[in-house]
Amino acid sequence: MTRRLIALAPWIALLAAALLPLLLQAYQVTVITYVMIAAVACIGLVLMTGIVGMVSFGHAAFVGLGAYVSGYLSTQLELSPWLGLAGAIVAASAAAALIGALTVRMSGHYLALSTLCFGISFYFLVGNSESLGRFNGLTGIPPVSIGAVELRGERQTYYLVLIALALVMAWCRQLLDSRTGRVLRSLRTGPVIAETFGANAQRYRLLAFVLAAVIGAIAGWLYAHVQRFLNPTPFGLNASIDYLFMTVIGGSGQLWGALLGAGLVTIIKHELQDVLKLVFGPTTRLEMLFFAAIMIVVLQKARKGLWPYLSQKLTPRAAPVAPVDAVVLRHRRVKPEHGLTVLSASHLQRTFGGLVAVDDVSFDVKSGEILGILGPNGAGKTTLFNLISGALPRSKGELSFLGQPLSRVSARGMCLRGMSRTFQHAALVQDMTALENVAIGATHLGRCGLVANSLRLNRVEERQLLGWAQHLLERVGLADKANELAGNLSLGHQRILEIARALASDPVLLLLDEPAAGLRANEKAVLADLLNSLRAEGLAIVLVEHDMDFVFRLADRLMVMNFGRRIAFGRPDEVRADAGVQEAYLGVAA
Amino acid sequence: MTADVALILLQDGIVSGAVYVLLATVLVLIFSVTRVIFVPQGDLIAFTALTLSAFETGNVPGTVWLLMFGATAAMLLELRQAVPQRDRARILRSLLRFGALPALIAIVAVFLVPKTAPLLWKMTVSCALVACLGPLIYRIVFQPLAASSPLVLLIAAIATHLGLNSVGLHLFGAEGVRTEGFSGQPFSIFGIIVTQQAAGVLASSVIAVVGLYLFFRLSLRGRALLATAYNRRGAELVGISTETAGRTVFFVAGLAAAVSGLLIGPTTTLYYDSGFILGLKGFVGAIVGGMAVYPLAAAGALLVGTVEAFASFWASAYRDVIVFLLIIPVLFWRSVSSVPAEDGLE
Repeated sequence: MTRRLIALAPWIALLAAALLPLLLQAYQVTVITYVMIAAVACIGLVLMTGIVGMVSFGHAAFVGLGAYVSGYLSTQLELSPWLGLAGAIVAASAAAALIGALTVRMSGHYLALSTLCFGISFYFLVGNSESLGRFNGLTGIPPVSIGAVELRGERQTYYLVLIALALVMAWCRQLLDSRTGRVLRSLRTGPVIAETFGANAQRYRLLAFVLAAVIGAIAGWLYAHVQRFLNPTPFGLNASIDYLFMTVIGGSGQLWGALLGAGLVTIIKHELQDVLKLVFGPTTRLEMLFFAAIMIVVLQKARKGLWPYLSQKLTPRAAPVAPVDAVVLRHRRVKPEHGLTVLSASHLQRTFGGLVAVDDVSFDVKSGEILGILGPNGAGKTTLFNLISGALPRSKGELSFLGQPLSRVSARGMCLRGMSRTFQHAALVQDMTALENVAIGATHLGRCGLVANSLRLNRVEERQLLGWAQHLLERVGLADKANELAGNLSLGHQRILEIARALASDPVLLLLDEPAAGLRANEKAVLADLLNSLRAEGLAIVLVEHDMDFVFRLADRLMVMNFGRRIAFGRPDEVRADAGVQEAYLGVAA
Repeated sequence: MTADVALILLQDGIVSGAVYVLLATVLVLIFSVTRVIFVPQGDLIAFTALTLSAFETGNVPGTVWLLMFGATAAMLLELRQAVPQRDRARILRSLLRFGALPALIAIVAVFLVPKTAPLLWKMTVSCALVACLGPLIYRIVFQPLAASSPLVLLIAAIATHLGLNSVGLHLFGAEGVRTEGFSGQPFSIFGIIVTQQAAGVLASSVIAVVGLYLFFRLSLRGRALLATAYNRRGAELVGISTETAGRTVFFVAGLAAAVSGLLIGPTTTLYYDSGFILGLKGFVGAIVGGMAVYPLAAAGALLVGTVEAFASFWASAYRDVIVFLLIIPVLFWRSVSSVPAEDGLE
């Protein structure tokens, strides 16, 4: 019963919001209208800041851009506000694409500061522009009309804004639950996951930047035609900071957090202003001290914001998720026949300054084979791994994959060619479910783009991708954990989950970086069975591992490294008898 | 534009640039030790000028209440940790540091600075008031966030700026002030007419930067700070307290802000909210130096001052836009050429 209720909660909230104006006084309706406009703007910020991790101090500039474009088109050129909306969206996407092309490559605080500069610049540019009315602003902006009905009254605009908010929210929800959304959600942990599974992280970052700007512009359009008067002040730096505060206080990782934050901040500010004005006079802005204090406490104590905290209190159980039917993907890569060389490396070298981390290493791995790489700590195993997988460029040497020489290797390119990998330190998106994490692996197998993913035209493909992910979870034995958050899984399970994700990209070569570390004995046995069956299917597997027993039992061939060099290469029994190997491990030849 | 005008603009640029140099130097210092981009530095500068101006008109400056309020908050925070641990030394230290010392300065500021007091004394007390705010801000806002990413610290810094801004309006009002400057006849060097104010600004800025340099090279505490700046973990391992480092560096920042405020006060009208733009301009300089290289930061700051002076001649309305758009290619270059910083809010 409660589970059904949770699933229906958004509809109940919408219904309640639709009935609200019948109960409230006109000025309260107006306040809520502005809260909802702010919430729309904040949803854009949630997307960009909370989901993707790019902090913006210039969001209000995009809101202002939307407002001014539509305001200008509808007053100076006397176009319909609906055309104004189109203009606002086009202008915001163009501006964001232009600015984003420059900024999304920046990291962390550099990006935040450049958005701040753009934000300030927008304010001064508009404030000094003759045709936009300078700091005095634009007046006489027409209301939005539907047919012959002009939406002038506070209740009419309330419904306009409510519908817009619901649509934007539904759109974002839909988008975030799609292939595109899963990549976006992985970006907060950095570009590595996206790139490893064939997605261009920069392009997705740019996409998030543009989407945030478009949503901001929609909020600006609403503002322009509800307020019907514009000046630069509501789009200055302080407004940007307000939006950021709303988002962070509400819970920057959640769409509902935008709503909560916008509501709390706007209403508390409103009420607080009334009280403070009585005490300190009409010009006081002490309420901002209050918000600054809240903000600092939130950053110090509850960085995820209030929404996750509240939803935890209200519904300790997670929202119900429909079980997914396992599907085996139809269009899979044709596995090369057994014994064909999949990857061959000759004379690979990598130097870091004066240090030669990998020195003149040659090897090959065939389909249907497990190649184990052994070596003491610091032997250069992980560096070698990164050279093959494209995480690091090589200094010298040749690589070829399925007979084709690789001149330049990038992580993304290797994924598309059919290589997949796991990480030594599990690199999962902690707040996505196990199923979704696995589905990230299948990113490059999907075709639906932004439009299809926004309009729910992707349902067939989604069923395929998620079903494929479910199939792999069943295969690695984690089917019962499908809807658990990856961060809640044990370390051993996280490693297994990484293998499932790597398999989701349908590879012909699998690179495993210490998959057995942190696993219990019985879990290791299960893992060994899995790897055996994968080998039987014709997959080529490269295994870096410390657990000798594990490797010797599994591997068909072994390569032993020490001080960056290959010291032995051959069948396990040959390697075991090798004098050099015994010296490296035991210090003396046995 | 004639050569004369260009020369005057250049001089203007260098004088305001000199203030930005001090600002940029301190921003680099704070960033390298604590990873905080200390936007509120500009607010402290504006507060200094407003404080001095209050003394000049014979009023008690609002800074006193800000100091008392902040000191009480910091003391309570410190005691809340120290009392349950029954750490006597720490309790005593926090009572002295956040109780007695600010109280003493406040008493001096309220009772011992009459309108007729000499300018130097008023300046000294203003300096003391503002310099003490630095460590308080560190204790309240940044010390609990010490382990966070630069991004979180930046948001906290912006929040701090907003808090100071709203308190500033409350304490100082919306009116702008221009403080008394160094008086005296302008003189000429190599045919360029230089006011004593301009010369004073340049000289003080140079003295302050050189002072900072000597502090880092010669004193043990300065060298401990440098160690923290180079490698936080390493410094911690050899027994340098990062908390002490943070507190010290914020005190230095407060002091530098106070000096900058005294320098800039007579040259331009400052309002309670002038600090932000000021801080950002210093920041542009700092970012030119990659938040790490002092001489480059100083050069960047001079560049900002000069660009600003010329921009205000050609297109005064767009002055700030030009300065801020200047930062973006620099940010881009710096970001692309640096090691990726840790992203995200968590």
